[in-house]
Amino acid sequence: MGIINRHKIFETNVLVLILGIFVTVIVGGLVEIVPLFTIESTIENVKGVRPYSPLEQVGRNIYIREGCYVCHSQMIRPFRDEVERYGHYSLAAESRYDHPFQWGSKRTGPDLARVGGKYSNDWHVTHLVDPRSVVPESIMPGYPHLMRHEVGYPDIAEHLKTLRIVGVPYTEDDIASAMADMKAQAGSGADTAALLQRYPKARVGDVDGDPARVTEMDALVAYLQVLGTMVDFTSFDPKSIER
Amino acid sequence: MNQPATARNARADTTPYVEDVVRKFAVAALFWGVVGFIVGTYIAFQLAYPALNLDLEWTTFGRLRPLHTSAVIFAFGGNVLLGTSIFVVQRTCRARLFGGDAMGEFLFWGYQAFIVMAALGYVLGVTQGHEYAEPEWYVDIWITVVWVAYLAAFLGTLLKRQEEHIYVANWFYLAFIVTIAMLHIGNNMAVPVSFLGVRSYGLFSGVQDALTQWWYGHNAVGFFLTAGFLAIMYYFVPKQAGRPVYSYRLSIVHFWALIFLYIWAGPHHLHYTALPDWAQTLGMTFSIMLWMPSWGGMINGIMTLSGAWDKLRTDPVIRFLVTSIAFYGMSTFEGPMMSIKSVNSLSHYTDWTIGHVHSGALGWVAFVSFGALYYLVPVLWKRQRLYSLRLVSYHFWTATLGIVLYITSMWIAGIMQGLMTRAYDANGFLQYAFTETVVAMHPYYVMRAFGGVLFVLGSLIMAYNIYRTIKGDLREEEPYESPDGLRAAAR
Repeated sequence: MGIINRHKIFETNVLVLILGIFVTVIVGGLVEIVPLFTIESTIENVKGVRPYSPLEQVGRNIYIREGCYVCHSQMIRPFRDEVERYGHYSLAAESRYDHPFQWGSKRTGPDLARVGGKYSNDWHVTHLVDPRSVVPESIMPGYPHLMRHEVGYPDIAEHLKTLRIVGVPYTEDDIASAMADMKAQAGSGADTAALLQRYPKARVGDVDGDPARVTEMDALVAYLQVLGTMVDFTSFDPKSIER
Repeated sequence: MNQPATARNARADTTPYVEDVVRKFAVAALFWGVVGFIVGTYIAFQLAYPALNLDLEWTTFGRLRPLHTSAVIFAFGGNVLLGTSIFVVQRTCRARLFGGDAMGEFLFWGYQAFIVMAALGYVLGVTQGHEYAEPEWYVDIWITVVWVAYLAAFLGTLLKRQEEHIYVANWFYLAFIVTIAMLHIGNNMAVPVSFLGVRSYGLFSGVQDALTQWWYGHNAVGFFLTAGFLAIMYYFVPKQAGRPVYSYRLSIVHFWALIFLYIWAGPHHLHYTALPDWAQTLGMTFSIMLWMPSWGGMINGIMTLSGAWDKLRTDPVIRFLVTSIAFYGMSTFEGPMMSIKSVNSLSHYTDWTIGHVHSGALGWVAFVSFGALYYLVPVLWKRQRLYSLRLVSYHFWTATLGIVLYITSMWIAGIMQGLMTRAYDANGFLQYAFTETVVAMHPYYVMRAFGGVLFVLGSLIMAYNIYRTIKGDLREEEPYESPDGLRAAAR
């Protein structure tokens, strides 16, 4: 076997071996991942998808911190039962501003890609504090601490700036008013017209029952309530995104 | 055409190897293993009895689950890999570790620091939200430093080897070290919000982030949990069995095929998602092809026993090693099957995946590690043999029973959930609410948790046995049928 004999060069020369390994393992990733950044059809252009408001982004960070993604997916597959259970199948565009993506890999609990608007704020608060008080069969942990902790984001503007560096199109204006927007969305009583212009469909109002404080509950519920609601599927035409 | 640097002649020389640190890695592996198994069992009980989440932010399933996965993969598995690789590379090269004792100490303490920093982060809620890549940017940078030192130590030792050929186990170790470095850097590119804070935002978002993550995630399986542990198989199975590796050609073919094909398999974690179809199909195709090199490795490992099959009866350490290879074969058949899109449409998002992972992680990774540790401890501490072979046998049967309970209950729970969520009644309505699947899975969650208890019990038996061995005790035991087997087990 000539080829097998020629393998000797890999076995007797460390640098040839390591080079061979590197070339062998890099191919697959290059072929699969690089095109995703260059092919335009990877992400459709869909109307309505916008960056998260400061309060929603903080809520998203809490969602990640608590590891919600280990039990909840945010990716509805195009099957009849999933579409009937959860709503329109997920589009790539809907997670284009998600750093990181939270599609998940396991449904110990139901999919949350379109949970926004399905339940009231009060339901979410009750459910997050004590899940079994509203869903007796639930095996979800309770999160009473969300009510106690105030949102500690004095540097919220820095977070938006960092997100802009990695590609989320926040404007100077968005960044300058980040703190005011966060408080206004949590129901401080401030005028929300500018907020809603920047972040259409943002759910405004106090969630935790204490308008004076912005708690983690305010933030997480604001995030949950916007999930899957940005695209208007009553006027959405799938053909418009076909290649 | 013989395997040039056979493991056999490795003991004949007098090079003073760096061994103290290998002893430390062995003890650390055992410690973290027990911790990781206990946390895993605890969170399994949480899924059956949610009150165990204790309504405290630090003890919820969402925070403990990454603690469990990282403890078993990176702390237990990682310590086994680092320890065995330092042991194996020195002996098969007949060369002292590059960098000597100082390098060994740095690798050991640097790696433990990584584990502790990552674990503290999970419990306190510091995470990037990427499965199996949860640590934030500062931990990522630290482990990169340790890893580069590891690569330097390994390469340096290979470069000063006294053997002409590089032994096959070292190809696998090298592929593991190089590829994990590539994956780690590729999947963790992030911009910190502030250099004094813990939070960062990843460079990629949405669909690109998803594929990068699963390119990483699947190859954490492929290179951390497979290539690295195949290296362990290629050294410790021939040593313990006292037989040469079955086929040199097969090891060449399956090595290159395995490392080439594995990298492509990531997209099978994203079937029917918003990832473009062409990438999904490509991922599925390569996953199915991956079956072949995987079984090449299984055949090469199991057939190494040809001519020594009696040792299965007389040597419980061999039993661990051979059973691990059998589990490897089983999971690497199940994996390609689950990557087929139509199968995946049912299995994805369900406990079938969890069962699959554990047949690989417990059956293959943990068992081959146990076998290697049982071999290593008497050698490293210069004991005549293990304290007790009977205890090894008890460990084997307890753990095996635990695995069987675990994977069968997860098969049932997963397939049941998959079928229930897609069931329609006679009027064309969805037949079950999501909560009904949760209720239906409860008994299987209890069963799975008891499987975990058995696995923990087994590991405690091992810890006791190893402790007594290190202490220098020998238990008076009836020898297993053949005295030859006993001698093989001691060496």
